[in-house]
Amino acid sequence: MKIALLGNPNSGKTSVFNQLTGLNQKIGNFAGVTVDKKSGILKSSEVPHEIIDLPGIYSLYPKTQDEQVVYDILSDKEHPDYPDRIVVVVDASNLERNLLLFTQVLDMGLPITMALNMTDIADKRGFVIDLDKMSEMLGGIKVVPIVARSGKGIKELIEDIIENKPRPAAEPFMGGEFDEGQFLIKDVEEQKSRVENRYKKINQLLQFVLKRKKVEQSIINRHHAVDKVLTHPVFGYAIFFAIIVIIFQAIYAWAEWPMDLIDTFFLEASKWVKMTLPEGVLTNLIAEGIVPGLGGVLIFIPQITLLFAFIFVLEESGYMARVVFMMDRIMRPFGLNGRSVVPLISGVACAIPAIMATRTIDNWRDRLITIMVTPLMSCSARLPVFTVLIALVIPDKSIGPFNLKGLTLFGLYAIGVIAALLAAMVFKWIVRSKEKSFLVMELPLYKMPRWTNMGIILWEKVRLFVFDAGKVIFSISIILWVLASFGPSERIEEAVNELSKPANPTEEQLVEYNQEVASTKLANSYIGILGHYIEPAIRPLGYNWQIGIALITSFAAREVFVGSMATIYSVGENFDDENTLLERMRSEKNRLTGKPVYTLASGLSLMIFYAFAMQCMSTLAVVLRETKSWKYPVIQLVYMTALAYLAALITYQLLS
Amino acid sequence: MRSTEEKGYFADYTMLTLDSLKLNQVVKIKGLTPNSLASKLMDMGMYPGKSVQIVFKAPFGDPIAVDMDGYTLSLRKDEASLIEVE
Repeated sequence: MKIALLGNPNSGKTSVFNQLTGLNQKIGNFAGVTVDKKSGILKSSEVPHEIIDLPGIYSLYPKTQDEQVVYDILSDKEHPDYPDRIVVVVDASNLERNLLLFTQVLDMGLPITMALNMTDIADKRGFVIDLDKMSEMLGGIKVVPIVARSGKGIKELIEDIIENKPRPAAEPFMGGEFDEGQFLIKDVEEQKSRVENRYKKINQLLQFVLKRKKVEQSIINRHHAVDKVLTHPVFGYAIFFAIIVIIFQAIYAWAEWPMDLIDTFFLEASKWVKMTLPEGVLTNLIAEGIVPGLGGVLIFIPQITLLFAFIFVLEESGYMARVVFMMDRIMRPFGLNGRSVVPLISGVACAIPAIMATRTIDNWRDRLITIMVTPLMSCSARLPVFTVLIALVIPDKSIGPFNLKGLTLFGLYAIGVIAALLAAMVFKWIVRSKEKSFLVMELPLYKMPRWTNMGIILWEKVRLFVFDAGKVIFSISIILWVLASFGPSERIEEAVNELSKPANPTEEQLVEYNQEVASTKLANSYIGILGHYIEPAIRPLGYNWQIGIALITSFAAREVFVGSMATIYSVGENFDDENTLLERMRSEKNRLTGKPVYTLASGLSLMIFYAFAMQCMSTLAVVLRETKSWKYPVIQLVYMTALAYLAALITYQLLS
Repeated sequence: MRSTEEKGYFADYTMLTLDSLKLNQVVKIKGLTPNSLASKLMDMGMYPGKSVQIVFKAPFGDPIAVDMDGYTLSLRKDEASLIEVE
């Protein structure tokens, strides 16, 4: 049997879904639209029942894509997702508004059950609800009181689903509006008057069903007192800033060691494969392509998990809505809204979870703009590139109390923020949408997050990334490996043969020789040839073909730049050799002019290039996953590369 | 000479709207300006006859937080200006 779960946003529908299905969840697509469909299998039932989590909506009259999806499914018996019965989650502490959607669905004539949620909060607020009376006045439908957060009443709800035959209400709440075969009213004014009449009838019902008892102190007033502090013009921003600092500290402190662990594990695995398997192309493919490719996907898990753990707490506690409320006015001139703030800030850690976090932006246009500009925020993968380049070209001087190297790094971060905001303004003009940007949203009561829900959400995010985006990332990394390892057949061989292998090499000489082989191979691989080929295009930026190669290989991920540089200059990829790499790069001379390649002008130009360029295939894979279209990652790649090229060109030409 | 449409606009301008209320001033919703947002507001519980009040405001006075029977909605000021109150 197919059971649809429906309810208002903030009615606790997700908690009910998690309680009903546990970890038996999967994500797919609703037929024909790009809205994610979450479904699961009902727990503790012998017969498998599929539960479909429909998007949270306020009314059946479609105004957003989510509402359209729900209406299309429920109004079409032939629809592949048409349910055999529907469970509507109703917030008992806000009956009037929740009954609007409930009675609309009831009127569609589907077998319906009411899961009356948050009965504990309703009780605290002094609401006494006569369940029998309500059931009677709603055509005899089943009402199951629950507290989804604690699991109270869930057993009874499951029993009802398994044991009782699905049945619709005996009579519609308001006949004529949503009857079978009835076309949906399109006229907005007519819709409004229908909704108004429905509210009137709901209020008549509530006079019989809802009684109020005296409560000591209104919990609403207490929540508003907290609100006044958390959205205060001074304390509000200070608290938010403090929370962000704590989150970033935690991400850098806690994500580093599991990332190192994953990194080391795959390095060792790669070495092990090379030692164990017979020498050959297949071994190389496994050791240098597949194993590092897998590592390149899994390395993001610590950051994704940590960032989403924090976002979950902010969201569940109700604080996120206050952040949105506080930041909306500031973000609006840039074509963004208050909900863009957390994704943008998360982009400083890593654009991947940041872009995945834009799902909370319900307006498609605002969400798209946020996705497009988030990768301009300076992420942690740029840091190793900036560190090497700053060490290379920025003099160790101070301006007043500030060290020039520190100032440069700060400037690069600032440039990222400014570029993101300006790009958003540009996209605001380009992206047209019928959906008007609005911020009508609920400020939910503050709550303690439920940790079991957190586990489920983190698992969902990690799975989404590894299996959906991971496929693309893995494929591109294999392609890049092939391009970096192979070249026109004899070219690599000839070049390597030209190197003179020492007759009786000492260990040191052998290491040196192997590094030179690696360097020669890369320089004569397809990527190497491409690097030579693009040299004329990047010469105006102050780069040579070696940098060209590093630019291409670091499309996989920005930090690869450092490793590629080490290979090209055959100094080994060991980080202890960073100084060797710096010395080698410092002594690099231009073939034509004989002047040093890495000067202040070319170094800064390269930093600016990395600040703006979309040098991250994983981000593109996630954008593809989130927008469900190739169009957006392609636009993003093109505009960011163009921006990077122009900015680097201007930088170099002004400074040289 | 003004067109009739413009006159209509200026006549409407004098009406009291939700965005112009003082904090904690309880009023009833009289009507909603026809607009694509109006039916969304209606779905979220803002129908004529409902009692509302502004309970707090964001820095810069925008958006505003509106309480309706213990349920708090956040609205931008230009969104709240679509709601006529009495």
